Amino acid sequence: MNPWRNIWTIAKRELGAYFTSPVAYVFIVIFLLLCGFFTFFVGGFFERGEASLGQPFFDWHPWFYLFLVPAVGMRLWADERRVGTLELLLTMPVTPWQAIFGKFLASWLFLGLALLFTFPVVLTANYLGHPDNGVIFAAYVGSWLMAGAYLAISCITSAITRSQVVSFILSLVVCLFLILAGYPPVINFLEQFASGGWVDMITSFSVMTHFGGFQKGVLDSRDILFFLSVIGFSLFTTSVILRTYRAG
Amino acid sequence: MIKVENLTKFFGAKHAVDGVSFAVERGEVLGFLGPNGAGKSTTMRMITGFILPTGGTVTVGGFDMQEQPIPAKRLIGYLPENAPAYTDMTVHGFLSFAAEIRGLQGEARKKAVAHVVETCFLGSVLHQSVDTLSKGYRHRTCFAQSIIHDPDILVLDEPTDGLDPNQKHEIRTLIRNMGQKKAIIFSTHILEEVDAACTRAIIIDRGKIVANGTPAELRQKSEFAGAVTLRVKGVASSAVSAKLYQVPLVKRVSVVDDRDGHVTVRVFPKGSANGELARAIGEAAHGWQIELLQSEEGRLDDVFRSITMPDTAKEVAQ
Repeated sequence: MNPWRNIWTIAKRELGAYFTSPVAYVFIVIFLLLCGFFTFFVGGFFERGEASLGQPFFDWHPWFYLFLVPAVGMRLWADERRVGTLELLLTMPVTPWQAIFGKFLASWLFLGLALLFTFPVVLTANYLGHPDNGVIFAAYVGSWLMAGAYLAISCITSAITRSQVVSFILSLVVCLFLILAGYPPVINFLEQFASGGWVDMITSFSVMTHFGGFQKGVLDSRDILFFLSVIGFSLFTTSVILRTYRAG
Repeated sequence: MIKVENLTKFFGAKHAVDGVSFAVERGEVLGFLGPNGAGKSTTMRMITGFILPTGGTVTVGGFDMQEQPIPAKRLIGYLPENAPAYTDMTVHGFLSFAAEIRGLQGEARKKAVAHVVETCFLGSVLHQSVDTLSKGYRHRTCFAQSIIHDPDILVLDEPTDGLDPNQKHEIRTLIRNMGQKKAIIFSTHILEEVDAACTRAIIIDRGKIVANGTPAELRQKSEFAGAVTLRVKGVASSAVSAKLYQVPLVKRVSVVDDRDGHVTVRVFPKGSANGELARAIGEAAHGWQIELLQSEEGRLDDVFRSITMPDTAKEVAQ
């Protein structure tokens, strides 16, 4: 049977679950409020006097996602384990990969949807001036890929435990590391006692480093590959954890 | 249809399932009995491919569960212990999902959902969220999910747990009827269910199969099998015993109850002279006011107790 049909069936169920519970609405509203507040007030979009979204808008995304994406991902596997539906899901005629990818895909599409709802910011910029929409598009792609990387990490932490709270905190810590590894104050600190090679290696693990390219409008295959490989590696780790769990 | 060979499972150092082998063919309903923690659920989880065995093989409809899990799982309908279901869905949504993931689409899916809704009496809660269902309805929803694709094989872990007596009866009838065309394994610790629904029963204790046979065969293992129970009124228990010991077939007479002039005794035969014994006792009791005279078939719960707790059962049974 067609594996994509199984993946889509699982993804559809998962997406439906977001929208029948308040999770989806709370998430979208809070995400949009944060985006609006930080772009227009903290980010000083109007004061800058330039029609660009790079700093006032996209700069905040790694930090929003730090809290919001683990909140979206924490229930993915933890809840299946707690309620016992994991047993149903894994005795259905689907491979663990299809289940893992289907659930990931649903949440990723959901994050994409939330991201799309920020379109008024783009409209505002276009209304007020002439921003480079190509750059904005690239930054959106990067932002979505970055959200996917966070989400895949949340998949791992969610599969480890049946407690959503534990999952949330663990993925928050891991994602924080991925941000801080490329955060300028941290890099400055590291440079004091590590050689350039080491610092480069550490910063290359950071989402900030790789998201920066997208923000400048560059769709660099290495940056795309970085996010995709974080996703791939994390989903693979999730499958290993689930297999270990089934092996008892 | 189901073949389990030398199935073994360790949880850490704990030997949860220890070399279990059996087979179930189409048309059989296998009752899986055992005390809590005996390894029933673990065995069922290995049969359905949820947990991976430490050793041994499970073959389902010719497919090895570990080598070809997908075609094997396609043949199985499974009701896990505690009947889990996606709490954030409606009953209809959940069943549609179950049908779709089983490869049913469009009209076939609608038909399958409508059919199980009718079979499991879910019509009144169809658009209710699983979250808000009572335990009985949630159980039936999960049961409905297991039969939605009309599987050849059904694995049901305590299908009547938490149901009221009417619902229990419905589910048992359903299992017995479906058992004519399918291979069914179900676990329970309600022994009357074995009589009500099973063609064969396995008793498992501490991870090992300790008895395997038809319910009638298992009952034969009871020490009460072949005994005769007699209740008379207005005769002293000593007089009853004395008289009955004179009957040649009688090996032992035990007084079960002696209250308000009613005396109940259980008479054990020498050898296995079942019908004869009841007639002989009837003759010996001539002139007494007989309230009850009954040949015992043996009770499953006695067998269950004596097999699964061999040290203490003898005393309790007395």
